[in-house]
Amino acid sequence: MAKTTSWETVMGLEVHVELATKTKIFCSCTTEFGGDPNTHCCPVCTGMPGVLPSLNRQVVNYAVKAGLATNCTITQYNKFDRKNYFYPDLPKAYQVSQLYLPICRNGGIEIEAEGGGKKIIGIHEIHMEEDAGKLVHDPWTDSTMVDYNRCGVPLIEIVSEPDFRSANEVIRYLEKLKAILQFIGVSDCKMQEGSLRADINLSVRPVGSDKFGTRTEMKNMNSFKAIARAINGESKRQIEVLEEGGVVKQETRRWDDNKDASFAMRSKEDAQDYKYFPEPDLIPIEISDEFIENTRNSLPELPEAKRQRYVSELGLSEYDAAQITSSKYLVALFEENLAAGYPAKEIANWIMGEVMRMLSDSGKEPEEMGFEYKYLGALIGMVQKNEITRNTAKKVFKSVFEEGCDPVKYVEENNLKTVTDTGAVKAAIEEVVAANQKSVDEYKSGKEKALQYLIGQSMRALRGKADPQTVTAILKEILG
Amino acid sequence: MNLKDMTALELGAAIKKGEISAVEAAKFSLGQIDKYDEKFSCFVTVQDDVLARAEEVQKKISSGELTSPLAGVPMGIKDNMCQKGIQTSCGSLMLKSFKPTYSATAVEQIMNAGAVPLGKLNMDEFAMGSTTETSYFGATKNPWNVKCVPGGSSGGSAAAVAANECFYALGSDTGGSIRQPASFCGVTGIKPTYGSVSRFGLVAYASSLDQIGPLARSAADCAAALSEIMKKDVKDNTSVKTEGVDLNSVLNYDVNGMKIGIPTDFFGEGLDKDVAAAIEAAAKQLEAMGATVEKFDMPIVKYAIPTYYIIAAAEASSNLSRYDGIKYGYRAEDFEDLLDLYTKSRSEGFGMEVKRRIMLGCFVLSSGYYDAYYRKALQAKALIKGAFDKAFEKYDLILGPVAPTTALKIGENLSDPLKMYLGDIYTVMINLAGLPAASVPCGFDSKGMPVGMHLIGNYFSETKILGAAHAYQQTTDWHKRTPSEI
Repeated sequence: MAKTTSWETVMGLEVHVELATKTKIFCSCTTEFGGDPNTHCCPVCTGMPGVLPSLNRQVVNYAVKAGLATNCTITQYNKFDRKNYFYPDLPKAYQVSQLYLPICRNGGIEIEAEGGGKKIIGIHEIHMEEDAGKLVHDPWTDSTMVDYNRCGVPLIEIVSEPDFRSANEVIRYLEKLKAILQFIGVSDCKMQEGSLRADINLSVRPVGSDKFGTRTEMKNMNSFKAIARAINGESKRQIEVLEEGGVVKQETRRWDDNKDASFAMRSKEDAQDYKYFPEPDLIPIEISDEFIENTRNSLPELPEAKRQRYVSELGLSEYDAAQITSSKYLVALFEENLAAGYPAKEIANWIMGEVMRMLSDSGKEPEEMGFEYKYLGALIGMVQKNEITRNTAKKVFKSVFEEGCDPVKYVEENNLKTVTDTGAVKAAIEEVVAANQKSVDEYKSGKEKALQYLIGQSMRALRGKADPQTVTAILKEILG
Repeated sequence: MNLKDMTALELGAAIKKGEISAVEAAKFSLGQIDKYDEKFSCFVTVQDDVLARAEEVQKKISSGELTSPLAGVPMGIKDNMCQKGIQTSCGSLMLKSFKPTYSATAVEQIMNAGAVPLGKLNMDEFAMGSTTETSYFGATKNPWNVKCVPGGSSGGSAAAVAANECFYALGSDTGGSIRQPASFCGVTGIKPTYGSVSRFGLVAYASSLDQIGPLARSAADCAAALSEIMKKDVKDNTSVKTEGVDLNSVLNYDVNGMKIGIPTDFFGEGLDKDVAAAIEAAAKQLEAMGATVEKFDMPIVKYAIPTYYIIAAAEASSNLSRYDGIKYGYRAEDFEDLLDLYTKSRSEGFGMEVKRRIMLGCFVLSSGYYDAYYRKALQAKALIKGAFDKAFEKYDLILGPVAPTTALKIGENLSDPLKMYLGDIYTVMINLAGLPAASVPCGFDSKGMPVGMHLIGNYFSETKILGAAHAYQQTTDWHKRTPSEI
C-alpha cells in the first residue's frame, strides 16, 4: 500500500459508570468507596452457597434516568443474563448483566464535531450489571489477595455506536456524558476512583472506505489524558502495521500510559465464551409508561439546555457557558450565587478566571472544591461595595479555595478592608513622596515610569488596601 | 406411648397436651438414629444440640409462645439447605468443610414454628442423581430393603422418615428429588408450585426448577409442614405471594365430584407392570370415593427428558462455577498457577455425575450450540407448560406413576446414567412446568417395595392435592405400613 494513503480512525466506546446508589445492586451492603478489604460485603455479594440476589430498584430508576437523559428508548420488558467466566475477583464465577434485553437502547448525545459543526454520537444500548472485586498482590508473601468490597456495586455500561473519528471527539463525548450523569445525580463519575471507566474499540481504514477495519479493544482507561494518548498511540500503531503490509489482529490490548504504548493481552482466538443465558434468579423487569413519564418529568435541566439558556438569557459568552455547564459543581457554584443576586457576568468571570486557575494550579476537579459556594458571592459583594479591592479579593479567594475560610471574617481578621479615609491615604502618600525624592524628580522631568513606581510604593505602604485610582489621583495632586 | 407409629401431627398434638415432652420426643428420635442409621446412612450430620433445642422449644410451648401443630416435633433437613453454624455439604467433598453463617429462609421458618432439627440428611451430590449413591458420604440404603436405593436426590430425607428416624423432613425437588424417593420409600412428599417456598439458602442446582418441600408419613403432615414454609420471601426474587396451604381444608377434603385425568402417555414402554397395576388400583379407589377418572393424551411427554437435562445442566454448570477453590470449600493441595488451581480443585472436589452435568451444561450454553440446544429447550419447556395448562382446563388433578419402577438395586443405574435419567420421565415435566405435585403411597410391587402415585395439580393447588391425598389416606393404609426391620 502506498505511503500516501490517508487514514481515518474509527472508534466506539463502552463506558462503565458506577451508580451512586447507597447500597449494592443485589444486597444491602454499602457502596462507599474505600474501607478495609472485605468489610463492605456479605454472603450475597461474595457468592456464598445458596444465596440469592434481590434487586435494588434504585438501580433500575437510575438506569432509566440515564437512558432518558441520553435520548434512549426504554426497554419496558427487560431481563438480566449471566455472563460466565472464572476469575478470583468474581465470586460467583458469573457476572449478572444484560445481553438479550438491555434496559435502554437507541440513544445519542450531540457533540462538537472535529472540524466544526455538530454531530450525534449514537448510543447502541445501556445495560445494568454488577461490578467485580479487586485482586491485590502482596509482594511480601508473594501471594494474591482478593478484596470483595466492590463486588456487586451497580454499574451501567453505555455502549456507543462506532461514531468517533478522533480523540477529541471521544473526549468531548466523555465530558458531556460525565456532565449529564452528574447532573441527573446517577453517578459521581470520579474517574480517579474508577466510577467512570472507558473501553475503546479502535480500527483504522483508508479515508473514503465504507468498510470497518479490524478493531482492537483497550480496556479500563480512567483518565481523559490517558485516553487521548492511547487513541493516538494505537491508531498510529495500526496504521504502521497496515502500511508495512501487515494485518491488524483482533485482540484486547492494555494501554501503558507510562511507556506510551499498548501491549497485546489476549487475541480473538483466546477470547472467552461467556455462555450467556437468562439469569433464572431474577424475574424480568417491567417498566410502565407512567414510570417513564414520571422519571422524564423529574429530570433536572440538562447541561445542553442550561448552556443555551446561559447564553440567551444571561448573556454569557458561548465559551463561558460551555465551560461552566461542563460540570455540575461549577453550575452549582454559578447558580447559587446567581440566586443570591450577584450579576451573572461577574460570577462567570470569577469562575472562568480565579476558580479555573485555582483548579488548574491545584490539579483538582470541580467536585473537589472544598469551600462553601456562597463565599464566592461574598467576595464579589465586598468588591462591589468597594470594601476590598479586586486584587485583595483575588488574594482572599486563594485562601477561600485552599482552606475554605469565610472571606468576610478573613478580611476582617487580616485587616484587609480598603482604606476609605482619604486623610490617611494622603498621609501615607506624602510619606512615600518625601522618602523618594529621586523618583519625584524623575517624574517631574517627564518620566512616566517614575509615577508607576511611586504608585506601587504607595500601594505597598497602604498594604494594597486602597483603591489604586484614588491613590493615583492623590499622588498626582501632591506632585502638582 | 408408642411414638413409633405416630404421625408428626399426632406427636405435635401430644406434646401440646403435655402427654409427652419435646425433649422425650427428641430422645426417641436420637435413639432411632442410634439404632438404625448405621444401617441406612440417612444422616450426614447429627446435631449435638438437639436436646438443648428441644428443651428451649418445650419452654416456649409451655408458655404458649409456640402454637404450631408441629412445635416440638423432631425433624431432619436435607444437606443442601443452609443452617447457620452446621455443616452444609450438599453430599460433596467440595463443601465438606462449609459451615454457613446464615440459614435458609425455609429452615428459619420451620424453626420459627418450633421444629427440633436432628441433623442434615444425605443426598445425591449437589442433588444430581436419583439414587443417593453419588453422595461423597456414601450411599443411603432403602429401609424396605437395604440392597435397594432409597431414590434421590432427597434419599436421606425419604429413608429417615421411612425408618422412623425423624417425623418429617425437608427435601428439595428439581426434577423429582422429593417425589421419587418418597415413592421408593413409601412416604408422602410434595413439591410445591415453583416460587411458593423461598429458595434463599437452598444451595442451587437448577435455579428455575429447584423447590423445597416436605416429606412425611402422611399428606396431613406434609400440609402442616408446608403451611409453615409456603410464604413469600423478599430475599428470593422469584418468590411469590400465595394463599399457602390450609391444613383444615386438607383435613376436611372431599374428592367427591373431583375430575381426575390420567395421561395415557404415562403408561407407555418402560413402565413396570406392578407399578401400573398399583396406579390403576389407586384410580379405582378414587373413583369409588366419588371422583371421576378419565384418560387423555399428552404426547409432549417424550420431550420431557431432553428438555429437562438441557435446562438443568445449563443452570447447574453456572451455579456450580462458584466452587472454584478460591473462597471456601475444597482446594487442591498442589497447583502450579490459577488455572491449575481451578482445574485440580474442581476435578478432585466434584464427583462423576456432577462433572458430567457441568460438562453437558457448558456444552449446551457454548456459542454456536446455544440456539440448537438451550433455546430449543426453552421452547419445549413452554410447550410442556401449555400442555398442562390445557389439561387443567378440564381436570382438577392429574394422576400417574411417580417413577417407572420401584426402588432399584444399589449400583444398578450408577454405571448407566442414561437409564437413570429415563427414570425421571414423569417427574421432570412437573418442574419444567413449575407445577405442584405429590407422591402418595398406593401399594407395593411383588418384591414388597413401595409404589407411589403422582398427584399433579394446577398452580397453587397444594391444598387440593394434599386434600385429595389425605382423603385417599383415610380409606387406605399404604402410608401406615412400615418396613419390617423397624
